[in-house]
Amino acid sequence: MTNRLIAAAAAAALAAAPAAAQTIAITGGTVHPISGPAIPNGTVIIQNGRITAVGAGVAIPAGAVRIDATGKTVTPGLFESSTNLALVEVGSVDASADFQFEDDEDQVAAAFNVADGINPRSMVIPVTRIAGVTTVVSRPSGGLIAGQGLAFDLIGDRVDEMAIRSPIAMYGSVSENEQEAAGGGTRGGLFMRLREVLEDARAWARNPQGFERGETREFSASRLDLAALQPVLRGELPLVLEAHRATDIQAALRVADEYGLKLIISGGTEGWMVAGDLARARVPVLVKVLRNLPESFESLGARYDNAALLRRAGVQVAITTGETFKAFNLRQEAGNAVAYGLPYEEALRAVTLYPAQIFGVADRYGTLEPGKVANVVVWDGDPLELTTDVEHVIIRGREVPRVSRETLLRDRYMNLDENVRSYRQP
Amino acid sequence: MKRALSALALAAVAAACSQGQARPADRPAPQGASQRPADAFPSTYRPLPSSPTVIRGGTVMTAAGQVIPNGQVLMVNGRIAAVGQTVDAPAGAVVVDATGKWVTPGVIDTHSHLGAFGTPGVQAHSDGNEATNPNTAEVWVEHSVWPQDPGFTRALEGGITSLQILPGSANLFGGRSVTLKNVPSRTVQGMKFPGAPYGLKMACGENPKRVYGQRGGPSTRMGNVAGYRTAWIRAADYRRRMDRGGSAGGSGGSAGSGESGGSNGSGGTPPSRDLELETLAGVLRGEILVHNHCYRADEMAQMIDISREFGFRIRSFHHGVEAYKIRDLMARDSISGSLWADWWGFKMEALDFTRANVAMVHQAGARAIVHSDDPTGIQKLNQEAAKAMQAGREAGIQVSENDALRWITANAAWALGIHDQVGTLEPGKQADVVVWSHNPFSVYARADRVYIDGALIFDRMDPSRQPQTDFELGLLPGGTSND
Repeated sequence: MTNRLIAAAAAAALAAAPAAAQTIAITGGTVHPISGPAIPNGTVIIQNGRITAVGAGVAIPAGAVRIDATGKTVTPGLFESSTNLALVEVGSVDASADFQFEDDEDQVAAAFNVADGINPRSMVIPVTRIAGVTTVVSRPSGGLIAGQGLAFDLIGDRVDEMAIRSPIAMYGSVSENEQEAAGGGTRGGLFMRLREVLEDARAWARNPQGFERGETREFSASRLDLAALQPVLRGELPLVLEAHRATDIQAALRVADEYGLKLIISGGTEGWMVAGDLARARVPVLVKVLRNLPESFESLGARYDNAALLRRAGVQVAITTGETFKAFNLRQEAGNAVAYGLPYEEALRAVTLYPAQIFGVADRYGTLEPGKVANVVVWDGDPLELTTDVEHVIIRGREVPRVSRETLLRDRYMNLDENVRSYRQP
Repeated sequence: MKRALSALALAAVAAACSQGQARPADRPAPQGASQRPADAFPSTYRPLPSSPTVIRGGTVMTAAGQVIPNGQVLMVNGRIAAVGQTVDAPAGAVVVDATGKWVTPGVIDTHSHLGAFGTPGVQAHSDGNEATNPNTAEVWVEHSVWPQDPGFTRALEGGITSLQILPGSANLFGGRSVTLKNVPSRTVQGMKFPGAPYGLKMACGENPKRVYGQRGGPSTRMGNVAGYRTAWIRAADYRRRMDRGGSAGGSGGSAGSGESGGSNGSGGTPPSRDLELETLAGVLRGEILVHNHCYRADEMAQMIDISREFGFRIRSFHHGVEAYKIRDLMARDSISGSLWADWWGFKMEALDFTRANVAMVHQAGARAIVHSDDPTGIQKLNQEAAKAMQAGREAGIQVSENDALRWITANAAWALGIHDQVGTLEPGKQADVVVWSHNPFSVYARADRVYIDGALIFDRMDPSRQPQTDFELGLLPGGTSND
């Protein structure tokens, strides 16, 4: 119910947004439209929050605000596909954290949608977007089934306006972290439990009225959770499962096949070892690149070229930081993927177009093409380089100020004189 | 690679021994109260065999102010013999073509827990926090270090040649640190950096009061400070009594506290040896360097006052998310800052970060250091330094690549008290050298070759020069892709 309302409101907001947005012409830069080869001395026109033209020698509308990008690089805004952004302010302050539905004895929280906890005024949003990250999928964490996440743009002060789609996916985990609480301490138990919940959701859907009248058997998850799993069983809502060991990924593929689920693997540390299986099943993987240590017994095969090897085998890969406070390091992850064998253009796609495709919003996101939402970044060099500055960030056609709590603290403390520093600056 | 001549290998060994305090194993340790902490668990590190080697054609960044395009570095007997546009290489020297590459000193991390919190991170490998008492100055982290931690070889692939292993931050006094050469070894003794001073890990703020708040305290920041001061009072007393009663103990390197040479009390036998107080007294003598985990500016200022009260020096504040707020105080007291480029948000005392922290501390004239505290971050300290450099430039602070390189080499070496031996490419220093595929501040840069004391310890192009830990051997039999 809530979700449907938010989705409807999001569509309305997108339609309504243009009133506030300017006409912007970004000229002279090397444009990476992602949908095609780079365009030297290209122009990007933005009107009413949408991209209206991209190319060389494009006519500039009268009255357009011009951004001279000569010598610069222009790309779509980066898309972080796995974060708890806007769901936590300070990691150790529990009351500020809204991504985990705890005290759930059955480890199934399918009905939990994080959307109502999204804080558009999160101080983490500005520090992230000034690094060129314009769009995120913010997700629940914890438990066998953690709940539902949403995609949103990092601009606005109402979640229903910011949302791109809510819910955008169901989240779960078959990692070792869940074994104790949800799997009787075992891998097999985790998958048994996952199948039990899916079976119960099917059974509930066959006779929901009977359930209300108490005519059905007992189910292993709550009515709300079983109802929330229906779009997953219909293959409409993707199930993002965190899995790391090669055999866990294969077991997840079997469950997806048995129940006709639209599966996305998150983490996939040993994915390179079962890349063929993933490619054949057309299951994409959300990869954190900077993970090469055998941190646990489910990640003994961790290596930096996981993304490159998966891609080479034909698996669609989105690159993610997996971080919340440091989601601004998305380009560093992508750059390292290149250092470890992923072709450069593929790395760019893995933080723009591919996450948009994986989450089914590529009609509006992921490339610089007419009709797409105007999330555009101007960089003073290679977007994946750490020494490249972000010069302009445009989200939904509006340029966002390059200010965050972090830059405000920096500027305040440039002067250590208490009499100057400690007072409000006009 | 050709094997080094045995004569050269012997020469390299001699060089390592003469500069350090490594004691021949057969010399009996002195007995009694005068026994010095450095006598126990001596380093058995010996540089691996090496041949005279000249690296030429690359851009040499010395971290001592020079950037030499198409420069040359000569390593002989484990030492930097010459650096310049051209060097006089001896006949028969191994020539390494670094055309199109970059050459820097080995990277040094002041804050690692490799081996103490080993990988995989199972409970059985959790050996970094002796969280049984807020003061465990008596523990030495080297007794927890597992040399087969795969993190060491991963760090080596990232150009790390020396690193300080610290106890964790659960305690006010976490124990003694150890500085290692990042070489494969059966034992931690075989990694110990010869002659490197010990460090003492201290911790401020949230961690100790969280760990002990329900276990008898401290439960507050004021409780933390009382804990430090109580311990230093006992340590000063121990040192006085030990110096008075000890035979040849001496008090070399005294920090001039005003606590020494007190006239109260008289004669008497020296106190029995106390491991906890021995370490703290070592700090008061200036022999052991204080490495202080501390996030908030106001707490760092308190710690500076405590150091002044008891007459010791803080060598480095670690993490120092708010170091930029008291960068002038750090510069005044010559305290370095071992900092992250951009970690923040995980707790209240890590809230007030700015990405310009490192550059602002640098600009104030304090020694800025980029540290990791992380088995992944340590592999990419060059990237962390690059981000901190860029953040400084965005803030309008002049930061050269030489400056940023020093954040992960020379300044780190200073914090560990090994700056006379490593940290720059200067003649006479130990030949810890990295050859990078790209400019080290590029995200695409990878360490192609890593030399430690002139010996090629890692070569990205040669699998036979890529160390593998015992743990990883045979771990994934048949573990190949099924694509």
